[in-house]
Amino acid sequence: MTNAEKISREEQIKALLKKAENYRKEIGDSFHDNIVEGIFAEAERIASRAIQYPDKKPSKDWEVVLDRLLISKYAGYPIMFLMLAIVLWLTIQGANYPSDLLYDLLLGKIYPILKNAFISIGTPNWLTGIIVDGAYLATAWVISVMLPPMAIFFPLFTLLEDFGFLPRVAFNLDNFFRKVGAHGKQALTMSMGFGCNAAGVVATRIIDSPRERLIAIITNNFALCNGRWPTQILLASIFIAPLVPPVWAGVISAASVIAIALLGVALTLFTSYALSRTILKGIPSTFSLELPPYRPPRILQTLYTSLIDRTIYVLWRAIVFALPAGMVIWLISNVTYDGVPLAKYIVDFLDPFAIIFGLNGIILLAYIVAIPANEIVIPTILMLTVLIFGVEGYQHGVLFELDSLPDTANLLRIGGWTILTAINVMVFSLAHNPCSTTIYTIYKETGSWKWTTVSVVIPLTLGFLLTFIIAQVYFLFT
Amino acid sequence: MADCVNCPANVLSALKRYGENMQDADFVVALAGNPNVGKSTILNDLTGLKQHTGNWPGKTVTRAEGAFGYKEKKFKIIDLPGTYSLLSTSADEEIARDFILFGKPDVTLVVVDSTKLERNLNLVLQILEITDKVVVALNLFDELRRKNIKLDARRLSADLGVPAVPVVARSKEGINELIDYVWQVASGEYVCKPKRVKKFNGKIQKAIDDLTADVKKLFPNLPNARWIAMRLLEGDMQIEEAIKNGELGKLFQ
Repeated sequence: MTNAEKISREEQIKALLKKAENYRKEIGDSFHDNIVEGIFAEAERIASRAIQYPDKKPSKDWEVVLDRLLISKYAGYPIMFLMLAIVLWLTIQGANYPSDLLYDLLLGKIYPILKNAFISIGTPNWLTGIIVDGAYLATAWVISVMLPPMAIFFPLFTLLEDFGFLPRVAFNLDNFFRKVGAHGKQALTMSMGFGCNAAGVVATRIIDSPRERLIAIITNNFALCNGRWPTQILLASIFIAPLVPPVWAGVISAASVIAIALLGVALTLFTSYALSRTILKGIPSTFSLELPPYRPPRILQTLYTSLIDRTIYVLWRAIVFALPAGMVIWLISNVTYDGVPLAKYIVDFLDPFAIIFGLNGIILLAYIVAIPANEIVIPTILMLTVLIFGVEGYQHGVLFELDSLPDTANLLRIGGWTILTAINVMVFSLAHNPCSTTIYTIYKETGSWKWTTVSVVIPLTLGFLLTFIIAQVYFLFT
Repeated sequence: MADCVNCPANVLSALKRYGENMQDADFVVALAGNPNVGKSTILNDLTGLKQHTGNWPGKTVTRAEGAFGYKEKKFKIIDLPGTYSLLSTSADEEIARDFILFGKPDVTLVVVDSTKLERNLNLVLQILEITDKVVVALNLFDELRRKNIKLDARRLSADLGVPAVPVVARSKEGINELIDYVWQVASGEYVCKPKRVKKFNGKIQKAIDDLTADVKKLFPNLPNARWIAMRLLEGDMQIEEAIKNGELGKLFQ
C-alpha cells in the first residue's frame, strides 16, 4: 500500500464514521429499540412456527407449586433452614463412625509402624521428629477428621444445587442485600463462599458494578467455608452437645452450627450496609435473577464430581498445608531456649491478651500458624496443648494416640477450655482474616493492596469485638 | 453389540476427548448461549473435561476451554460466559461478542434451552447477525417431552438457515448428530444460510444499506458488514476503535 493510498483510506474511514454519526443524529435513540424490537418479533415468529404446545395444559404444574412454597414470604426461610439443618445433621451423625475408623488406622496402626521404621534404619531423632511426629501426624489428623464430613457434606450440598435450590435461596436473600445497598447477586457469591471463599471471590465477577463487587469481595469471608465447617461441627459436638440429653445431641450440634452460619450472614449484611453507607457509597443496581427449572439431580454424577472436584481438591489443599505446618509445630515445640520450647514463650506472651477475648495463647498461635489453611487450626491447637500442658499419656510435642471425640474433648479440657472458649473459637473461626489463598485471590481480583488490607482488617476487627463482648458478658454471669 | 461399535452412525466412539490438550487444533469452536442452559455440560460431553456444572446462572465465570477430535480433525472449544443478548454493555456480553467477532471461531455452537425457545432465539438471531457458521443445540429436549410440547427441529433449522439439533446434554442424547454438524459446518460441507432480520422502518433501513455499502467497500472480505454498519449506527465505541486502528481490517484481509 503506498502512502497516498493509506491516507485516502484513512480519510475514507473518517468519512464513514462521520456519516454514521450524522445518521445517528437524524434517527435518534429509536434505533436501538427498533433493532431490539425487530429481533424480538422475529424470535417470536420463528419460535411460534416451530413449537406446538399440548392441547390441554396440565391443570397444576408442580414446579409452580414448589416455587410458591420455596420462595414464599413465610415458608421460604423456615424451609431453607430446615434443608441446611438436615444436611448438617446427616453430616454430623454420619461422619463419626468412618472418622473413628480412619483415626484408628492412621494414628493407631500406621503411626507406630512408621515411627519404628524410621528409628530402625537409624534416622536422626530430629528428622524422625519433623517427618513422623510433625508432618505425618498433622496430615493424618486432617485426613481422618476432615475427610468423612466432607465426603458427606459436599455431595449433599451439590445435590441441592443440582436440583435448583441455590437460586431460590438467592431469591429469598436478594431483598436483604438490596436493603443494605449491595447487589442482589451477592446472595449467589455468598453461597459459593459457603464452599470456598477464594471461589466466592472469583464468582463476584458476575456483578457488574465495581462498587457492589468490592462489597461482595470484602464480605465473602463471612460465608463459612469448607475449611471451617469441620471445626464448627467438631466443637459443637464436643462442647455444645453435652449440654442436652444424648437424644438431642445431634440436633443441638446442627442447630449451633447453623447459628454460626447465620451469624455469618448477619455479619455479611451488617458489613455491606456499613460499607455502602461510608467508603463505598451508592445506589444498588437492578438485575434480573432467573429461577432455573427444577431438574432431577443426577445422583451418581453428583457423587463423582463432588468427590473428585471438591472433596479431593479440598483435602489435597489441607494436606499440602498441613505438611509444612506440622513441621513448623514440631520445630517450635522442640527447639528450646533455656530448656523451654519456643512455642511456650510465644503462648505465654499471647496469653494475657487472649484471655480478654475468652481465648488463650495457644488458640491465637494456632491461628497464626494456620493462616495458609483454616483446616489445620484444630490439629495445631491439639498439638500445642499437648506440649504446653505435658498431658499424661501423650508424648511431649507430639499428637499421640488420640482416637476419638472424647479424647479430643478431654485434651481440650485439660488445656483449660470451657464452653466460653468453645463458643468464642467458633465465633473467631467465622470472623477472622481470610486464608492466604483467599487473600491472594482478593489481591488478584481487586488489583489493590488497599482493598486487600480492608478485607483482612474488617473481619479480624469484628472477630475480636464479638469475642470480647461474649467473654465480658460471660464473666459477668460467672 | 460389536457391530454397534463399528457402525458409522456411532459417532461417540469415533470421538476423541482430548481434555485440556488443545495444541494443533484445526478448528476453533465458540460455545455460546443464555446463562444456565447447559453449556458447561456440553463442554464436558465433548471434551471429557470435568468442569463443575451447577443448576444456576453464572456458574462459569472463568473461561473454560478444551479440545476434542472427530473425523481426523481436532477442535478447540471455548466456553463463553452465558448472556441473554449481545446488545448491551455488561462485561460478560462484551467478552462473548468480542470473541465471536474478533476471535473468528470456525463454528459458534449456540446452546439453547428448548423449553424457553423464544427468549433463547433472541441471542441466536443476534449471533447470526455476526457470523454465518452457527450450529444450534436444542438442549433440555427431555424436559420439553415431559411437558408434552412438540418442537419441529427441521422447521426451526430451515427458518434459521443453520443446523438445529435436539440434545439432552446430561445424558449425552443427540450429541452424535451435534458433533457431526459441527464438523460439517467447520469443514464447509454444510453451508449455512443464516436468517437475518430484514426489514426495519424506511429511514433506518436506508441508513443501514448506505453504511453497509461503505463498510463493504473498505473491508471487502468482511462476512458481517451489515452488522458492523448497525453497530456504527448505534455509536459502538469499540467497533469504531477497531475500524480506526485497523484491527478489523487486519482480521479480514
